[in-house]
Amino acid sequence: MGSRVEILNDGGFRSDGRRQYELRDMTIDLSQQGVADGSAIITHGLTQVLVSVFGPREAKMRSQTMHDRANINVEVGVAAFSTGERRKRSRGDKRILEMAATIKSTFEPVVQTSLYPRSQIDIFVQVLQQDGGLLQACINGTTLALANAGIPLLDFVCAVTGGVHSTSPMLDLTLLEENDIPHVTVAVMPKTGKVTLVTMETRLHVERFEEIFRLAGEAGKVIHAEIKGAIRERTSRLVGTMGSGPRVGGGEEGAMDEY
Amino acid sequence: MVDITIRKRPRTEAVITQRKFFKKTARGKVIKVLRERYLRDDVGCGIQNCSACENPATDSLPFSGDTHHKSFPEGHFVLPDTNVFLSQMDLMESALFKPPIILLQTVMEEVRHRSIPLYNRLKALVRMDDKRVWVFYNEYRSETAIIREDNESPNDRNDRGIRRAAEWYNTHIGLSRPVIRGQAKPKIPTVVLLTEDAANRKKAEESGIAASSIRKYISSLPESIAAQLLDLLSAADDNEIEPTRAASGRQAMYPEAKSVLQAGLSTGKLHKGHFNASTYNYLQGSVSVPGYPKPVLLIGRENLNRAVHGDMVVIDILDEAKWGVEGDEVVDQEATLKNDDADSDEDEENDDVIRQEAKAVRTSEAMAQQKEKQPTGRVVGIIKRNWRPIVCHVDATALPSAGPASSTSASTLSTQTLLAHPTSTLLPRIRIRTRQGPALVNKKILVAIDAWSSTSRYPDGHFVRVLGDVGGEDAEREGLMLEFGISYGAFGSAILGCLPPEGDSWVVPPKSDDNVAWKGREDLRDLTICSIDPPNCQDIDDALHARPLPNGNIEAGVHIADVSNFVHADTPMDTEAAARGTTVYLVDKRIDMLPALLGTNLCSLRPNVERLAFSVIWELTSEAEIVNVRFTKSVIKSKSAFTYEEAQLRKRRSVCNCPPCLMSLTHLLFRSRQDELTTAIRLLNTLARKLKAGRMAAGALNLASPEVKIHLDSAESSDPIDVEQKEMRETNSLVEEFMLLANISVARKIWEAFPATAVLRRHLPPPRTNFDKLKDILQKRKGMTLDVSSSGALADSLDKCIDSNEPAFNTLVRIMATRCMLSAEYFCSGSVGRDTFGHYGLASPIYTHFTSPIRRYADVLAHRQLSAAIGYSSLHASLHSKPHVERILEVVNRRHRNAQMAGRASVEYYVGLALKGRGEREGKQVTEEAFVIRTFRNGLGVFVSKLGIEGLVMFKRDITQFDADNYTVTIPGSSTAVPSGQDVTISVFDKVVVNIEVEKDKNTQKGKVKMTLAYPIDSRAL
Repeated sequence: MGSRVEILNDGGFRSDGRRQYELRDMTIDLSQQGVADGSAIITHGLTQVLVSVFGPREAKMRSQTMHDRANINVEVGVAAFSTGERRKRSRGDKRILEMAATIKSTFEPVVQTSLYPRSQIDIFVQVLQQDGGLLQACINGTTLALANAGIPLLDFVCAVTGGVHSTSPMLDLTLLEENDIPHVTVAVMPKTGKVTLVTMETRLHVERFEEIFRLAGEAGKVIHAEIKGAIRERTSRLVGTMGSGPRVGGGEEGAMDEY
Repeated sequence: MVDITIRKRPRTEAVITQRKFFKKTARGKVIKVLRERYLRDDVGCGIQNCSACENPATDSLPFSGDTHHKSFPEGHFVLPDTNVFLSQMDLMESALFKPPIILLQTVMEEVRHRSIPLYNRLKALVRMDDKRVWVFYNEYRSETAIIREDNESPNDRNDRGIRRAAEWYNTHIGLSRPVIRGQAKPKIPTVVLLTEDAANRKKAEESGIAASSIRKYISSLPESIAAQLLDLLSAADDNEIEPTRAASGRQAMYPEAKSVLQAGLSTGKLHKGHFNASTYNYLQGSVSVPGYPKPVLLIGRENLNRAVHGDMVVIDILDEAKWGVEGDEVVDQEATLKNDDADSDEDEENDDVIRQEAKAVRTSEAMAQQKEKQPTGRVVGIIKRNWRPIVCHVDATALPSAGPASSTSASTLSTQTLLAHPTSTLLPRIRIRTRQGPALVNKKILVAIDAWSSTSRYPDGHFVRVLGDVGGEDAEREGLMLEFGISYGAFGSAILGCLPPEGDSWVVPPKSDDNVAWKGREDLRDLTICSIDPPNCQDIDDALHARPLPNGNIEAGVHIADVSNFVHADTPMDTEAAARGTTVYLVDKRIDMLPALLGTNLCSLRPNVERLAFSVIWELTSEAEIVNVRFTKSVIKSKSAFTYEEAQLRKRRSVCNCPPCLMSLTHLLFRSRQDELTTAIRLLNTLARKLKAGRMAAGALNLASPEVKIHLDSAESSDPIDVEQKEMRETNSLVEEFMLLANISVARKIWEAFPATAVLRRHLPPPRTNFDKLKDILQKRKGMTLDVSSSGALADSLDKCIDSNEPAFNTLVRIMATRCMLSAEYFCSGSVGRDTFGHYGLASPIYTHFTSPIRRYADVLAHRQLSAAIGYSSLHASLHSKPHVERILEVVNRRHRNAQMAGRASVEYYVGLALKGRGEREGKQVTEEAFVIRTFRNGLGVFVSKLGIEGLVMFKRDITQFDADNYTVTIPGSSTAVPSGQDVTISVFDKVVVNIEVEKDKNTQKGKVKMTLAYPIDSRAL
């Protein structure tokens, strides 16, 4: 029988009024959150995630210290109020642990950990609201928070979910769509075109896969532009603010330019 | 690459771009759901060359609207609200209703929410070529999207949304036609809101939107169209226009449906099931519900509570004290309610009708004391109506102007209320209001039911269209097809566009390595392949070959027309074929599933023509055990197309021995070629016999259904000459065995390859209780037992049911046993448990349909899956999706069932015609032998095996004695009908002789087969 909502109607509209290849509205907030070294709140439609990054700092646990590079520690917390049905999830929840592991392995090749031996980078992901594309929001948020914390990255990591309804592919699925159609999350590094993550939990036919995979890669570039814009704006504002404040010390003009 | 963008949603408008609602889960939890909505400005208005839209549409709505309506000389578009589609779909679908329609998304969704079948019709309406319909997605357009306000019901919200859209259209049209100085003021078409809701109309007019009720709108259309369209108006809305009758003053005839059905269902107090009306008694029906081994009986008008055959109803089981038994007499609606007037429902003159009905019900209650009682219930509510257009005719006596003599009064356009009589006895008569009453007499018409109010004995309906004269073959045929929901229209241009452009001059391209058509195909043109089919068969979809192998084994092959090479997934042709599901064979007409070019030419494996095929090739031992099997796409060239009869002859005769031929050398060559064919057929035959023996040993059933053949006079006039029983030849079974083998082999292969979505066919074992009655009758009347523990046991015990005096008796028992079984169905392998795959009748653990892709859609799917399983082609994405396959198969199953029933009904109709013809030719009544299959208090159900028809012999009931336990009726010797003066007892399985005549009812013009008993007694006197 299927659900009462049409995933893609005859006019080419999805249930929320988007067309097939349109991504949801994205907002990025890079303002300071508490004492974190870098943080970001990102929303994809109604999915909202807060990511805080601490570090690099001295590793708390001896056992996790590595002599040649920094250790990345990811913890994910899902707020009980993030879903329609209020549901408390323990930190030991297998799905949450798995998501943390996925984020960790996605960023390990991107963060230049070898610059910080014997130290640790903590990434705390807090899910505030969920409406599909959770992993995608977590990854994009982490990229932003890491950049905000000034941790050197090889490239941005931009993630998008893609799905296929019968034969028509679509991007950035809502919860409603995720429940109904097979989907895949792809994280790309837009500059190099490398892919750091491909994951799916539903069955998707091999022949459909390639098309969606490519499409998600393309969509990653669009997200990249958005993320880059947000960071550039934040940085230029910071720089602007630094310039507008009272000069401390000798105030040589050239000192600023080096940054 | 496609254009990927991020859709921005302004936060400031969150109120309107977010939707919040509360949902209750199955467990009773309440969940808050928040959804967002992206409003846009690029939703097109659908008007041609609209300058105000970003990308003006190229088709759909004409620029200046429709200018034929009197009230709107400047042109107009109509914008109907939801109720218009819910109640007046026939009107909207009519070809006469021409104005361009703006269909709002709000309306679409509301229709979808209310009724899926109507929604499907609506979607078909949008696609119709001659309709101008534009779907406007108003909920996504920023100017027309609205949100529900506090204290506003969903209905009010939708109405407001519809008004808002109408308003927007009016300003939008104005925008695209700016007044230019110096030019005439541009004509601005109006958007007219069609609604039956007076309050809505008022509000619309307040905000300056033109609004109209449908009746009013149609009435001011040009005269000729208006009269016809008015008849199509559904009766459901009549109350508003004609509030003359005080509905409250009438006495309700039925208990009002309860509103607490859901609660009753979940506590198990109430039960849900499909309502089956009884063919013999219009005041009786049954509902099969889980929890009761036997169907629950419903007796009497109040307990039936307006249920119509096929409805999904909720029933309440009565106290055991009130349980009844299935009536043992025939109650005919036509006879009992003959004089019931359509207008008079509630007057006292109907008292005798009520009395008669009550009497009919009471007798069955009295019977309950003697016979074992059956659970009895009453309908408390109807969940889903199964109302579809019904083929009816109008009784001439029903007209107040006294019959067809004064039919010149057709010009009077006064409205009359008539009763339409459905052709099927399962359905109640329908009250319709029409202005063309006299013109409808003696016509087959199509009528739709609109409502059945609790104060009325009859449902209210409206006239849809005339099919033709009663008794006219075209009208009968069309009526039949409509009744069984068979789409018989010609194939549209989009569908014909999918055919190969070469048309009938298409040939298999010459063989070469780089030719796509030959890629992966095996060249089997040299094999001695032949086809065996009924005479004059045009769609030859299977051919066979067999040859001995050097190692002593035998290679046998089945070659099936490669339809999937022409019919590709997701094309208009494929969609149409899926919707048709199967080719329907009526006596005088074949309604194709695929266009004739494919069916009878390109995919028909004609002799001596190269054709594409899908081959299943086995290596079999001489004992017909499979050594191995392979599947391949191939090119074949059939050497000969035999009829069953020819093949049978060839099997027997050794050589062609006509003397002149023997001389010539060419003949020798010819003969060697022919001999090869003969050997092949013999080889196939020996294998088939062994296969059959193997199947029978495994417990396959040899079932029987009455099959008759109708001889038609000539190809042009389809007057039937005579009826005879179909003859079975050994070669029929030859082909059948190999087709079964192919189907089973293919089923295994595709299930292996696609465990979740393979298209298979199964036949569930029947519940034992189905056989109870037959077992009891056999035991009591013939002292025979029927073992139904397994299909093998049943097959064995059926074999033992032999009456040495009656060769036809065994067939009769088989026919009756077949009726106790369930029907086979297609299913998707992922949706049912593995242990239910089996085919009961064939005693095969797995089965599918592969061998007739020209005429069955399931076979096309099996072809695609097999082709993917052998790596020839990739499988279309839709065939990977379980819900999609399930949906298609559901349709195919239904079509298949309907096609079978339509075929049977068509045979029945022609048997009637043939009998009439025979009777007239021979100048006397037709007399045939028949078996009694059922006894009633006042009649006998008989089966005439020679003609394959069932009939009823009615007595006046007072004289007979009826013994329900022993299934006998005794006519006492004292009766005048019995010359010998001794009691005559007739029981089930007795052989009787009946006179058969086709009687034309004076009023109904309906040819009705009427049977009377000729032996042992003459029942005409009874």
